[in-house]
Amino acid sequence: MQALFDQFKLRAEAVSAEVHRFPYKAAALEFILGYLQQAEVNNSPGAYAVWADCPFLRGLSRSQLAAQIPGLTFEVTRENAAAAKVGISQLDWAMVSTGSLIQDAAPVERRLASTLPNIHIAIVETNCLLADMPAVFSKIRPEQTNYISFITGPSRTADIERVLTIGVHGPEKLIVVFVDEMAGVN
Amino acid sequence: MRKEFRDSIQTALNNPNLTGALGRFSEAYRISRAKAYEGIDFEAVRAKIAERKGYAASHLDELADRFTEQIEARGAKVFRTDDPAKVRDYILNLAQQNGVKTIVKSKSMASEEIHLNKHLEKAGIEVRETDLGEWIVQLAGQTPSHMVMPAIHMTKEEVADVFSDKVEQGQAPDIPKLVKFARGKLRDKFLSAEMGITGANIAVAETGTLVIVTNEGNARLVTTLPKIHVAIVGIEKLVTEFSDVVPILTALPRSATAQLLTSYVTMISGPVPNTDGSPKQLHVVLMDNRRSEMSRDPKFKQALQCIRCASCLNVCPVFRLVGGHVFGKVYTGGIGTILTAWFDALKASDEIQSLCIQCGNCTQVCPGKIDIPGLILELRRRIAVEKGQPLAQKAIFKVVNNRRLFHSMLRTASLAQKPLKKDGFIRHLPFFLSELTEFRSLPAIAETPLRDKFAKIEQPKCAEKAAFYSGCLIDFAYPEMGESVVKTLNKAGIEVVFPEGQTCCGAPARFSGAYEVAAQNAKDNIDALLSEDVQYVVSACPTCTVALKHDFIATFESLGKTEALPRARELAAKVTDFSSLVKKLVDEGRLTFKEGRQLGKVTYHDSCHLKRTLNVSEQPRELLTKAGFEISEMYEADMCCGMGGSYTLKLPEISAPILERKLKNIKDAGAPLVAMDCPGCVMQIRGGLDKDGAPINVRHTAQLLTDELE
Repeated sequence: MQALFDQFKLRAEAVSAEVHRFPYKAAALEFILGYLQQAEVNNSPGAYAVWADCPFLRGLSRSQLAAQIPGLTFEVTRENAAAAKVGISQLDWAMVSTGSLIQDAAPVERRLASTLPNIHIAIVETNCLLADMPAVFSKIRPEQTNYISFITGPSRTADIERVLTIGVHGPEKLIVVFVDEMAGVN
Repeated sequence: MRKEFRDSIQTALNNPNLTGALGRFSEAYRISRAKAYEGIDFEAVRAKIAERKGYAASHLDELADRFTEQIEARGAKVFRTDDPAKVRDYILNLAQQNGVKTIVKSKSMASEEIHLNKHLEKAGIEVRETDLGEWIVQLAGQTPSHMVMPAIHMTKEEVADVFSDKVEQGQAPDIPKLVKFARGKLRDKFLSAEMGITGANIAVAETGTLVIVTNEGNARLVTTLPKIHVAIVGIEKLVTEFSDVVPILTALPRSATAQLLTSYVTMISGPVPNTDGSPKQLHVVLMDNRRSEMSRDPKFKQALQCIRCASCLNVCPVFRLVGGHVFGKVYTGGIGTILTAWFDALKASDEIQSLCIQCGNCTQVCPGKIDIPGLILELRRRIAVEKGQPLAQKAIFKVVNNRRLFHSMLRTASLAQKPLKKDGFIRHLPFFLSELTEFRSLPAIAETPLRDKFAKIEQPKCAEKAAFYSGCLIDFAYPEMGESVVKTLNKAGIEVVFPEGQTCCGAPARFSGAYEVAAQNAKDNIDALLSEDVQYVVSACPTCTVALKHDFIATFESLGKTEALPRARELAAKVTDFSSLVKKLVDEGRLTFKEGRQLGKVTYHDSCHLKRTLNVSEQPRELLTKAGFEISEMYEADMCCGMGGSYTLKLPEISAPILERKLKNIKDAGAPLVAMDCPGCVMQIRGGLDKDGAPINVRHTAQLLTDELE
């Protein structure tokens, strides 16, 4: 697993993603909340954070989290997402060979949280690392979900003078948070 | 060639922003593409793509039915038609019925192919391209200059001006700021549009899945925010199984932009919830527009294997000079020429097909294994059949095919200019070759052609014999190259004969689309060369070698002259290029190099047909090294020199800058000597260096090896 993670990190960082890994959910949560504070997430439009429903949130008190970080909301509407600086969602798989994340994105809040805000925090379980595209294709089921997303680094363009520029229509920052033990509290 | 077309070439060549950007890109692309494919077996991946897409192209109907069944079962609506007008009307009706005022689009070449924007805008609907490059081009009222990088021809200053003029005053030429500005402005459009239009890179029949590849994230917004999503999909995007996506997704980003994967890949298999919880209206337009007809054409069916990566543009020595605008409005470059001929009209490709110099670079990188130069030749042939051969061309071939007449005409022309002759060059050659001299001196025409000299060459009597096929240039201009070949083979105990009946190899006729002339050339040469009892037929000209080994067969096949094929194959089996034969003789110990020779530096130029059709590139280098030369590799050694046979006559304005680049690379290699295996390249490069004045000698490999052999 360590080798897969290291390789993923190398690939993802090569496309300007930030990669972190935590042994427990609590440590990952602490990092995410710290990040939201540091990013000055607050109650004013343009500075919200939206967090799409996901397994990571199970067992956590959303009201407590919202109280802790003013501007953090779990109601991922079009309006909230458009006015958010940070979007948080959980992804299903991580593909090592290209540093990509894969998600069943049929629920619209998952797409809103990962497309509209400037920063996307992507949570993944460490044991969901898969080596390459054939391995990923053996897991995903297009006949069972109408929208599958592959995300590899932040949004980018080179359309003006071929100069690579990060953050066109999608997030300008992608922060990948791996969690080894999703179930454990500490 | 119409004046407008020539003018568009001139405009492109005179645009330093365009040629600079494309030139730098093509240089960077070569390196970054190679890096992106590290650890990947490209040949295996493209074999798989060609096989899967080839299979799909033979089963388009069946796959379209299956795709429709699958995606409709999940709630999408599929509209399938052959007629571009019906596509336009379907989308306009849909928009009008739903009260759509604004449409956001992510990149769709299929929509450009049918000029959809214009149709919708005429009806009062606002249509916004959201891919940054496409948006810039749309605002500027221009057309894309590259299939993947639509605005590569514009500088940041021009982009800032366009934004200031068309969107909001006061934009500075600062790229990150311009990108941020676009993000802000287009964000409002995404949020307010009622309809989103996309294309698709792949459509999977098995699962009814559309695969959309983007970097900017615009397709994700286009498919998420508006309540109606219309995907316009050319039916050649269909593949059979979901697993067929893997090789395409492995190659597409690597070949297109040298990425391991684009930032986003979206797979849509049915309607998803809108942001207000209602189900999205998902419409898939399966557009034929002659694709089915193309799939039934035995030659052009393979063009449906294209995955639209545009790598054929990125490696093309012509495209990097002229860019996409000369190709017309939609599909550009090599594959664009072919697609234009079908999706628009054969005659629409009449001029642009002439841009192909037939160097074969694109065949090395095409993930669909499409023989792009071969298909362009086939277009040329069909156009020639449709239009008939021009009179002037007919007259030229008549002369070219009569060897002694051709020689005496060239010789007369050459002699008339005698006072201007210097160091074996003619400064200004009159008659139909005169255009050449603007940027390159021409070779002096030998007093006696090789064919009339041959009998006088002293040779030992040997049991083993080879026939020498000279081709025009060695026969008339460079007989000394032929003499080197004879001398070399004699040292291996092979006697060389010169079959009298040999004539032009037919390449000029074939490259002009005059296949009947080429077939006659093939027949005459086969008769001449098979009349001698020889072990080898050797040529020191790669273009001739390719003609003898491959093109005679291909020409007969094209014309359905199957009765001529067995003898063409019999000849092909005996044909070899000079360096490959010498390498074989050295390996067998029949030729040995003198020991301890230190001959200094030489740089080697790979000729197009030798390297890419005959797959010979190491052999001459190995032989030169064994002889005692030190190879100093030049940059882009295997890039075309701009000769391309009659190309240099037809499009000297393109041939000249290609040569200029080659000369610079040769000079930068720092060797006093440049070697190559093609007399055509010798003519082009020696002529260029003569004009340039650089003290670098140009030699055929044969001339450098002969005296170094025991």
